[in-house]
Amino acid sequence: MSNIRTNRLLDSMFKYVGIACTLLAIGVLAIFLGDILIQGIRRIDWSFLTSLPSRRAERAGILPAWTGTAWILGLTAIIAIPLGISAGSYLQEYGTKNRLAYIIELNIANLAGVPSIIYGLLGLQVFVRLFAFGGSLLAGAFTLSLLILPVIIVATREALKAVPNSLREASYGMGATKWQTTWLQVLPAASGGILTGIILALSRAIGETAPLIVIGALAYVPFVADSPMDEFTVLPIQIFNWVSRPQAAFLVNAAAAIIILLGITFVMNGIAIYLRNRWQKKISW
Amino acid sequence: MKRTGEIIIEKILALCGLVTVLTTAGIIWVLFSESWGFFKIVPLRDFLFDTEWTPLFSEKRYGILPLLAGTFLTTAIAVITAVPLGITIAVYLSEYANRGFRNRIKPVLELLAAVPTVVYGFFALTVVTPFLQSIIPGVGSFNALSAGLVMGVMIIPVISSLSEDALTAVPKSLREASYGMGATRFQTAFKVVVPAAASGIMVSVILGLARAVGETMVVAIAAGQQPNLTFDPRQGVETITAYIVQVSLGDVPHQSLEYKTIFAAGITLFFFTFLLNNVSFWLKKKYQERYE
Repeated sequence: MSNIRTNRLLDSMFKYVGIACTLLAIGVLAIFLGDILIQGIRRIDWSFLTSLPSRRAERAGILPAWTGTAWILGLTAIIAIPLGISAGSYLQEYGTKNRLAYIIELNIANLAGVPSIIYGLLGLQVFVRLFAFGGSLLAGAFTLSLLILPVIIVATREALKAVPNSLREASYGMGATKWQTTWLQVLPAASGGILTGIILALSRAIGETAPLIVIGALAYVPFVADSPMDEFTVLPIQIFNWVSRPQAAFLVNAAAAIIILLGITFVMNGIAIYLRNRWQKKISW
Repeated sequence: MKRTGEIIIEKILALCGLVTVLTTAGIIWVLFSESWGFFKIVPLRDFLFDTEWTPLFSEKRYGILPLLAGTFLTTAIAVITAVPLGITIAVYLSEYANRGFRNRIKPVLELLAAVPTVVYGFFALTVVTPFLQSIIPGVGSFNALSAGLVMGVMIIPVISSLSEDALTAVPKSLREASYGMGATRFQTAFKVVVPAAASGIMVSVILGLARAVGETMVVAIAAGQQPNLTFDPRQGVETITAYIVQVSLGDVPHQSLEYKTIFAAGITLFFFTFLLNNVSFWLKKKYQERYE
């Protein structure tokens, strides 16, 4: 009889263990965000956003860093979005059964597991040296584009997969070609899901630090980049640089810059989650 | 007959897909060609068995073991932290929690995965390390323990969400049969559902492991940059990834042997993550066969 009681006890105990573990993970996140807010929020003001970096912590700002992040975001979007959507469309709409598509698919699955710093080594040899872009914004954007391409391709495929075949057949029935069907019917119908994937991929790109350090993005940039060939820094690298210094005042700066970076990341993730929910509700194929 | 325009478009789309294949080819080419130059000068035997890694000092030694030990140590701490927590969360969410709670908690867990890794590094250095120093004697200001624990928190969402998918995929009939035999929810979860989803859970653990092996910023910030052949988590260690960052931050002349060391380190890292990924593919394939 006591066996049954033990089992029931275990059962009800696990309920609390489960809640405790879940709350522990979320609690760590909360402590962490709280700590950063307390440390950094007072440091954020207009001059922090509009100043160049400085050896004196209280005068240093993040202007080159956030403009660099904005540049990288824009350039990466321009490079990665068309490539990703095209590749995803090819895999889902055109080459579902051929050998090339199989190889590409296997390859994407493998790429998704490659550490980001390895992409940095690739970017260093190919974009920085071979294409002679140097440690420029363009080299950074190309490197990050290759990094997030698998994410966009997979998201595009998933979104296209959810579009019912009846839509394609109706389009063919009207005499449309394959491309007309894909471009005018299927892609627009899948746009919500694709957009969600793109935003998540881009939010990952702006948080990346290691590959950009490897391709030679600078820690100290006393100017605002005004062309894609300029050298640059980004928010995560600025944060890394400040964290690595021994003086406490720079840690405060790092916390303040983290608040800005997390703000951008969370807003992008929030938009993506909102779009995903809306899109899921809208389609009732 | 197909129109020419249609054919051209199809070719262009296929080319875009080929970019990913070129990426893989590029990675392999870059890693092999640059480390070839390295291994022409440093014998493979020294690289694998020498116990010191000092390419940046005047007396140069090129043994990868200290970096491997650092990588192994931080990864092990991360996995020991994340696996019990991640799997418990997955079992709780899939077998116990009601739908409302699950739907509210999952986006929050996803946020854990969305936080940039440099931010986790800051957390490890400024919050976790001082805390560890206050409770454990002898913890250095850079140490493997803090970096490993924080990496563990970072990979919890990888393990919990993939494990939960695997648990949810277990057919309901299995659970009902177990309940019909008078089993409690706990017994059903751990003696029926978890074993049935075991390969899926293994895949999640391996992917979490691969993520920890390749993680860079947390270890570069919190674990230090001292190649150190030790398994004492209180000491500072340098991982393969942290070494690559260290060299990249300095001014190492192109074509020098120091420059080539990052590719030799990179190919070692690539080897391990490639191995882990392929084990996970193999497991996934086996697992798909079971319910189809």
